[in-house]
Amino acid sequence: MDAKETKAHIVGYPVLLAVWAALLGLTWLTVGLSGTGLGSFVIVAPFLIASVKAFLVVDYFMHLKYESGFFKYILLIVLGTVVVVVWLVYQDVAYRY
Amino acid sequence: MARAGITEGSYLSAEPGRGWLSSWLLTTDHKRIGILYLFSILSFFSVGVVFGFLMRLELIARGPTIMEAATYNSFFTLHGVIMLFLFLIPVVPAVFGNFLLPIMIGARDVAFPRLNLLSWYFYMAGAALAITTLIIGPADTGWTFYAPYSLRTGTSASLAVFAVFVLGISSILTGINFVTTVHRLRAPGMTWFRLPLFVWATYATAWIQIIATPILGVNLLLVIAERLFGIGVFDPAKGGDPILYQHLFWIYSHPAVYIMVLPAMGAVSEIVPVFARRVIFGYKAIAYSSIGIAALGSLVWGHHMFVSGYSYTAAVYFSLFTFFVAIPSAIKVYNWVGSLYKGSIVMDTPFYYALAFIFLFSIGGLSGLILGALSVNVHLHDTYFVVAHFHYIKFGGAAFGFFAALHYWFPKISGRMYNRRVANWALLFLFSGFNTLFFPMFVLGFEGMPRRYFDYLPQYADLQHLSIVGSWILVAALFTMIGNLVVAAYRGKIAPANPWGARTLEWQIPSPPPKENFEQIPEVTRGPYDFREGV
Amino acid sequence: MNGTQSAHSHRDYTGSKIGMWLFLFTEFFLFFGPILLYSIFRFRYPQAFIEASRALDTGVGVFNTVLLLTSSLTMALAITAMQKNKKGLTLILLGATVLAGAVFLVNKYFEWGAKISHGVYPGGEALAGNTDGGAIFYGLYFFATGLHGIHVLAGMCIIIVAALMVHEGRINSKDFVKLENSGLYWHLVDVIWIYLFPIFYLIR
Repeated sequence: MDAKETKAHIVGYPVLLAVWAALLGLTWLTVGLSGTGLGSFVIVAPFLIASVKAFLVVDYFMHLKYESGFFKYILLIVLGTVVVVVWLVYQDVAYRY
Repeated sequence: MARAGITEGSYLSAEPGRGWLSSWLLTTDHKRIGILYLFSILSFFSVGVVFGFLMRLELIARGPTIMEAATYNSFFTLHGVIMLFLFLIPVVPAVFGNFLLPIMIGARDVAFPRLNLLSWYFYMAGAALAITTLIIGPADTGWTFYAPYSLRTGTSASLAVFAVFVLGISSILTGINFVTTVHRLRAPGMTWFRLPLFVWATYATAWIQIIATPILGVNLLLVIAERLFGIGVFDPAKGGDPILYQHLFWIYSHPAVYIMVLPAMGAVSEIVPVFARRVIFGYKAIAYSSIGIAALGSLVWGHHMFVSGYSYTAAVYFSLFTFFVAIPSAIKVYNWVGSLYKGSIVMDTPFYYALAFIFLFSIGGLSGLILGALSVNVHLHDTYFVVAHFHYIKFGGAAFGFFAALHYWFPKISGRMYNRRVANWALLFLFSGFNTLFFPMFVLGFEGMPRRYFDYLPQYADLQHLSIVGSWILVAALFTMIGNLVVAAYRGKIAPANPWGARTLEWQIPSPPPKENFEQIPEVTRGPYDFREGV
Repeated sequence: MNGTQSAHSHRDYTGSKIGMWLFLFTEFFLFFGPILLYSIFRFRYPQAFIEASRALDTGVGVFNTVLLLTSSLTMALAITAMQKNKKGLTLILLGATVLAGAVFLVNKYFEWGAKISHGVYPGGEALAGNTDGGAIFYGLYFFATGLHGIHVLAGMCIIIVAALMVHEGRINSKDFVKLENSGLYWHLVDVIWIYLFPIFYLIR
């Protein structure tokens, strides 16, 4: 059975350390941006940066980058559901009288 | 004894070196787990029926008859919680999905057999908690637990809500198991488009279980946090918004109704081609429609909230999507009926039950479209019309589908055949009793009788009485139907491996199936509804 | 994608990972609920949310973020180490991961304690009668970080069990999917905090 499996990918130490450094950098960026007067962008910016960080963790630490398309596909289904649900809830919340 | 004879070598036979009790309570055999679910679910179903019966009895006369108003509130709460969370949501996936899914795809078991057993224990734990609330003071909020009342009621709402949370875990584990199983354990040659439609239905259902259930889960935790700590998100007194509770609730609970009905539709999709002796009409359309129902069904939850006070913009979108979601269901109905065209129809018990499903589900579905129209909904929301609608869909639909599945797969599961005449008569009375009980509710609702009311105005009395008589016929018929099957399980005539002449893999192995399902994993070369001779 | 199976020894590396990812999706949706609620109230009560967020200790929040990110690193390194058959290194890295989790929880304990001792908690005196959104901020804060904390604890337990299995050799360089799955769970706990941190601590 195992012979049929492709050899599992090994993510090297340097890659992981580089990702960690990037994560720390992005954290520093997020903190720095908070409180700056960028208007409504300042509400969305931390969320966007958090999403970049999340994707670094998912892609490299959780190996999604190295997995078969199936895993990426099901993650897409989940994210798609989130987008649709959020959009529909906001059709309510944004237009209340 | 005779029973040992036919079960020898099967999944029901004794396991050497293991006591009888532990061979069941510690089993990892998907077939035994299906049986564990069957017995526990039917037990709780009976409790739910009793609640429904007593509710009807209370309404035989105006004013308090056999209970006070507060008790009535608890009864309809428990009736809903039991029927939905303890019966309809688990029943077809956990009983028939568990029993049949691996066999239908040519596997020996599910992907995670021990997780499968764990899901049953979570089910039993949740059920125990729910029954406990019965004893210590049941919730009176309705099964929907709407804020802000659910935040304030002095009854055991926290425990009830936690029970549902635990049941949700069971559902999630089943969903994870089934998705993984279908992706990883199909036999050689079992391509996606050779899968039985029951597998497609169960697969789509499993995705809903995975994605939607946790949202209800966190909503329930939020209610508990509100009740225990007053976190304020749903509490208007603290600036919170009770409509947000409804959003989070129905984001799960609408897809949940598809968890209940999709597998039942899958069972009907199995039965129809076998009894029409021809390939099902529009296999791909039915397969895709299962996915379509799961997807579109996630967009319509706001149709439970049209009069809640949320935005008109949202209401329009939800109404629009509600009309769309009828399309894949309608495709199924057309295709089932289309499968009868040019078929050589065999009139037998499972087919009768399947026909009853199609008829009752269609009525229920159409009444849903009526409710989906915004202006009409204002008049009909929270009336008996809604009660009739969802009983036609859930009882006439999902539950009748479950009964059809029971009568179809009974010989496979037990190795015995039931008395078909009794089963057919039971169906006739089931059908008559059901319609007598619920059809008047459409009229009552239109005439303005509100739901969940323990009393009513004199003008509603006649139809209430008609409905109550229907409930007696229905309960008697249910008793007969189930009794017939129970007797058959012990004393029925030995059934052949394939009494219906079906082509799917479960019918190509002995009845009851052997422990490992297949001596050798089959190599699949044809579709599941290929009734051509000599091929 | 199919695997043929023998009757009893049923090892499916990919299947095992699929199951874990599906479970992670459920955890994701669990946290999606309160974060969605948060976003709605953030727009409804901007002033109250800004004030309440200022009252949280950003320094501790940053430190906790760095802790979890680093613990995610050590966890990922541990997987690589196991794949390279470096059992001792694996165990050290797993220990560091658990330690970081423990320090995180200790910080949380002090953070919460500080707020609670000042009556700033759902049901506390400082928030009694609050209707401008402040009560809701803290309601969501305690709920979300509390739920997250439970998951940190669960993750620590899972990793400890995995470490024991590594020590016994039941997880090894040939069969490490249980370690990988434990790591996936821990990374999800980290991802959730990646979102919780800015939305509660950095509103200005």
